[in-house]
Amino acid sequence: MNKTSKKKVNTDMGELMRRGSVPLMFILICAVCIPLSGLSPNMLVNEIVTRMGRNAFLILSLLIPIMAGMGLNFGMTLGAMAGEIGLILVSDWQIVGIPGMVLAMIISVPISVLLGFFCGKILNMAKGREMITSYIISYFINGIYQLVVLYLMGSVIPIRHTSIKLPRGYGIRNTVSLLNMRQMLDNLIPLRITLPGVGEVKIPVMTFIVIAVLCFFIVWFRRTKLGQDMRAVGQDLGVSRDSGINVERTRILSIIISTVLAGFGMIIYLQNMGNIATYSSHSQIGMFCIAALLVGGASVDKASIGNVFLGVVLFHLMFIVAPRAGAAITGDSMIGEYFRVFVSYAVITVALVMYETNKRRAKSRESERLREAQMEEEG
Amino acid sequence: MNEKTIEKKEKGAFGKFVDSFGLPRLIIALFLLLLLILAPFVGADLPTQISNIIARFSWNGVLVLAMVPMVHSGCGLNFGLPLGIISGLLGATLSIEFGFTGPVSFLMAILISTPFALVFGTGYGWLLNRIKGGEMMIATYVGFSSVSLMCMMWLILPYKSPNMVWGMAGKGLRTTISLEGYYDQVLANFLAIRIGNFEIPTGTLLFFAVLALAIWAFLHTKTGTAMTAVGSNPVFARAAGINVDRIRMLSVIMSTWLAAVGILVYEQGFGFIQLYMAPFYMALPAVSAILIGGASVNKASIMNVIIGTILFQGIVTMTPTVMNNMIHMDMSEVIRIIVSNGMILYALTRKTEGSR
Amino acid sequence: MSNEKGPLLEMRNIRKDFFGNQVLTDINLTLHEGEVIGLVGENGAGKSTLMRILFGADMIRETGGYGGEIRMDGQVVHFNSPFDAIAAGIGMVHQEFSLIPGFTTTENILLNREPKKRTVLSEIFGERLDTLNRTEMDERAANAIEMMGVSIDRNMIISDMPVGHKQFTEIARELSKEQLKLLILDEPTAVLTEKEAEALLASIRGMAERGIAVIFITHRLQEILSVCDRVVVMRDGYVVNESKAEETDVYEITRWMVGRDVKLTEAEDEGRSFENANTILKVEKLWVDMPGETVRNVNLEVKEGEILGIGGLAGQGKLGIPNGIMGLYHSGGRVIFEGNEIPLNSPRKCLDSSFAFVSEDRRHVGLLLDESLEWNIAFPAMQIHDEFLKKYLGGLVKWRDEKAIKEVTDKYIEELAIKCTSSKQKAKELSGGNQQKVCLAKAFALKPRLLFVSEPTRGIDVGAKALVLDALKKFNRENGITIVIISSELEELRQSCDRIAMVSGGRIAGILPASSTLEELGALMLSQVI
Repeated sequence: MNKTSKKKVNTDMGELMRRGSVPLMFILICAVCIPLSGLSPNMLVNEIVTRMGRNAFLILSLLIPIMAGMGLNFGMTLGAMAGEIGLILVSDWQIVGIPGMVLAMIISVPISVLLGFFCGKILNMAKGREMITSYIISYFINGIYQLVVLYLMGSVIPIRHTSIKLPRGYGIRNTVSLLNMRQMLDNLIPLRITLPGVGEVKIPVMTFIVIAVLCFFIVWFRRTKLGQDMRAVGQDLGVSRDSGINVERTRILSIIISTVLAGFGMIIYLQNMGNIATYSSHSQIGMFCIAALLVGGASVDKASIGNVFLGVVLFHLMFIVAPRAGAAITGDSMIGEYFRVFVSYAVITVALVMYETNKRRAKSRESERLREAQMEEEG
Repeated sequence: MNEKTIEKKEKGAFGKFVDSFGLPRLIIALFLLLLLILAPFVGADLPTQISNIIARFSWNGVLVLAMVPMVHSGCGLNFGLPLGIISGLLGATLSIEFGFTGPVSFLMAILISTPFALVFGTGYGWLLNRIKGGEMMIATYVGFSSVSLMCMMWLILPYKSPNMVWGMAGKGLRTTISLEGYYDQVLANFLAIRIGNFEIPTGTLLFFAVLALAIWAFLHTKTGTAMTAVGSNPVFARAAGINVDRIRMLSVIMSTWLAAVGILVYEQGFGFIQLYMAPFYMALPAVSAILIGGASVNKASIMNVIIGTILFQGIVTMTPTVMNNMIHMDMSEVIRIIVSNGMILYALTRKTEGSR
Repeated sequence: MSNEKGPLLEMRNIRKDFFGNQVLTDINLTLHEGEVIGLVGENGAGKSTLMRILFGADMIRETGGYGGEIRMDGQVVHFNSPFDAIAAGIGMVHQEFSLIPGFTTTENILLNREPKKRTVLSEIFGERLDTLNRTEMDERAANAIEMMGVSIDRNMIISDMPVGHKQFTEIARELSKEQLKLLILDEPTAVLTEKEAEALLASIRGMAERGIAVIFITHRLQEILSVCDRVVVMRDGYVVNESKAEETDVYEITRWMVGRDVKLTEAEDEGRSFENANTILKVEKLWVDMPGETVRNVNLEVKEGEILGIGGLAGQGKLGIPNGIMGLYHSGGRVIFEGNEIPLNSPRKCLDSSFAFVSEDRRHVGLLLDESLEWNIAFPAMQIHDEFLKKYLGGLVKWRDEKAIKEVTDKYIEELAIKCTSSKQKAKELSGGNQQKVCLAKAFALKPRLLFVSEPTRGIDVGAKALVLDALKKFNRENGITIVIISSELEELRQSCDRIAMVSGGRIAGILPASSTLEELGALMLSQVI
């Protein structure tokens, strides 16, 4: 008895070490890079707060598919595209400020639901390789998105304003300005606080409130019947099906919810940026969000709200300081740029490898137990 | 199994043909045929178009061939192609750095890239053996990570050749490096046939044929047979005394080396070395080409490579010209994205191949 | 039991065949409220099929339904799915756990039947957004556990639990269903410790007192006798005996279970004796981690030239022995072949030492389903003995010799009468019996000195069975090859083997000559069942 309990503590410690290793590595990277970058604390804190408001909602949208056992939802890009389409239409209709944002969100919902449904259907056909499939879906839908935005908008879908239209008469420009929506949500409740040793920090209060609401929603959602079903489906498909849960439908719902949330998240993200890079804003967003979540200590099958916030802070801290630190060391600012891209990919690679090897480790434990039993028997 | 055979019997001859050929492949082939028929009517010169397709086939053939060993051993589609490409790029740049020129520089590039391909392939194979079942996703990210790591390396490594480094700084490699005076068109010009607008890069085609033949021959040897068996049923292979991990490792090394040679062949046709983020998106076209050719996640033949590359490159080269001339809209890029990714999705969702 | 209320369950003339293969014939079974019956029989006797019919399993419907009728409380019922059966008050605890590993006991007990609370959002979006009523969940789980009479921790996560508690969680889940009238327990004590098993038996009695009828399937006959009112014995798809528990004993039940018609039980005893033959294979302290077929501490000697049978019930570890020796599952201990120790966990070393193995799992281990018969038959010999290869450049290039491969394949197609269109046909297109012959051909082509054949006749028709067994015998007699046959069918072992080792509880319970009676073998088979 004593032996087993000791062992349990050991595995728990090992588990903790594994989970904590990625965040720890990032803390070290940041600890080295921050002094090298020469950025002031004031600047750093302000940047982190801004980026927290900008990204947290998007990253939170990843949590629900993880809960349903579908891994990292690379298909969140789909929601991002839906959000962009909403914003493009709203800015063409010249609806500004908060009403514009809300309308863009409303427009994005049916698009997100449709795309999420499509994505969920396909993923149900590719069980066991959801991630690579959702990853390819994001490219596939990106093709469709380009078809719509580059060729159909202005020719089939009416676009009136020449400021967002390409000179040739159809298609959307590379950048769409959101000047009259820029940081409207962030600045709705203006607040600047002064921290000792840091100085004045601008807080996007309303954005944080929205994020807090989403956090509450997720916490509440976990306690609903649907949330419980998703957790069950995520852990064992067969058992859930035998108990009468509609597994396919539950999985599709988790992707739809994630896609819709990603759409909202993208709109919040873009109102902070102040413009849309029509053909590239969404393409990297999935990767950066997933990397941030993993940096926060999440894994392919387990993620919490805490991981999201820790991840945003650490990942973006690295993001801010890496180019300057790189420049300070090598004299070339590009090094830092490439470094942070490399780190993003590397962190996802490491997380995926850890997930797969853990799955195999569980198997070998059984043999160990049997060998021990035999040893005991022999005395 | 029973139902399926009955179903098959009920289908007519046409149904059988569609079954064996694959519906998406049929649609794509018909689409390409349509483009070829339309081409003269919209004022495009057919011989030039066909030469174009052949040329692009010759550039890309080896890269697509690099998929075959890994598919055969059951490692899935090689989304980690960029890793091999990087070995090739190292070979190319070092060959130039060491001052080789002309055809010799091509040979040296292959020679120098080989040890890199072996080392990278071994590491990559070791990793893939530890994560059986999750190969494709991890391969993708291994590719991405290595490309972004090399982005830093291209800047840091002490290259000196004035033809390659930034003129102003005197260090750090340029994003594109011209191959004029090195191995630009060295294969293509060998025994090249030119009749009016019609051109055949005989040398490149021969080079591809030699490699394809080598792979075909390999698959007929004892080890090649074992590789196919590992891909077909790894448990069977293990029970028959095959060291599954070793065979998989071998296939990964082969794929990586072929990718290295593949990028060199591509460069000699294209005329430039592309560094930094360029290798990033090279995996997807190669993956979808072999799938369009009729391969699946665990079965691929040399024929799949040839047919797939012709169809894929045919669409890529023909759509812009025909579309442009017809509706004055260049939708080729969008069509390429939709077709190639749609094809991969189709392959991933096929149930019959989903033994995991 | 008083019959005033009429029986709770009546199964009348239940028949079932799988594609013409009769597996159940005219089964009649009656069960009253609060009655406990024990259902026993060898593997393949039809117990599971019968229970599947009762529980409305999809697989029964997909294979053409069943004949006869089932009545509950006098009404004819027809279950289209397990959910119908559950609604009618039938609960079943399967051998495999059906639990969510990361959930607590409570969550598992009430899986997909959680009490809920309505919320504002659920009014709009439907009931799936109701929140769970945790307090009521706790209460109901506690009630169910109390009803079972075995205390388990309600808040423990399943994956942290000992196996026994998982089993109790499953039972509590069935008890928490208010409509439960009939509980089917399929070998529930197999994973329990002695103490836990006792607790379970007590709780079964408790359930019966509350009026729940129980069908108890187990191989531990002592348990049946101590807890059941009646014992029903099945064999070969028939109910062969039904008697009150107090009027029978273990020996009698065993006899009913294994007994065959007299004319069949004549074992073909050629009186071959291998007492003085060399020991060709010696197995010492073998353990094998094969899920569901765990082997613990097996010692075994195989004599040169004999056919040794290994029998035993499913799950007792007989399959683990060849799979462990051949290195397909992780194993430990010592295997000595002709005086040389063979390293474990390396299939290659075994094959190099001229062992061969025909796996019980044809589709996953035995065959390359997507490849031709030629490949299937020639592949191992090609890889191990460098046969069917043409060598060029001084052996540097080993080229597949398609002609030689075709020759050897055609030879075996003829010899074993494999029905196929040509040697190029894909293995997956053959019937089960012919696939099995391909597996044999593959092993024969290896020219082994010691051949393990695991479940050679599983899932193949009668005609093919005889052919396969004859082929094995012929191979043994003509080439002097030592063969170890592992099979669940005692009859088959008695007909083909010289000696039979019975495995029970992961160990060798004893070795008897093939001329022993079925009763003797049966007693060994059940001796240490876990």
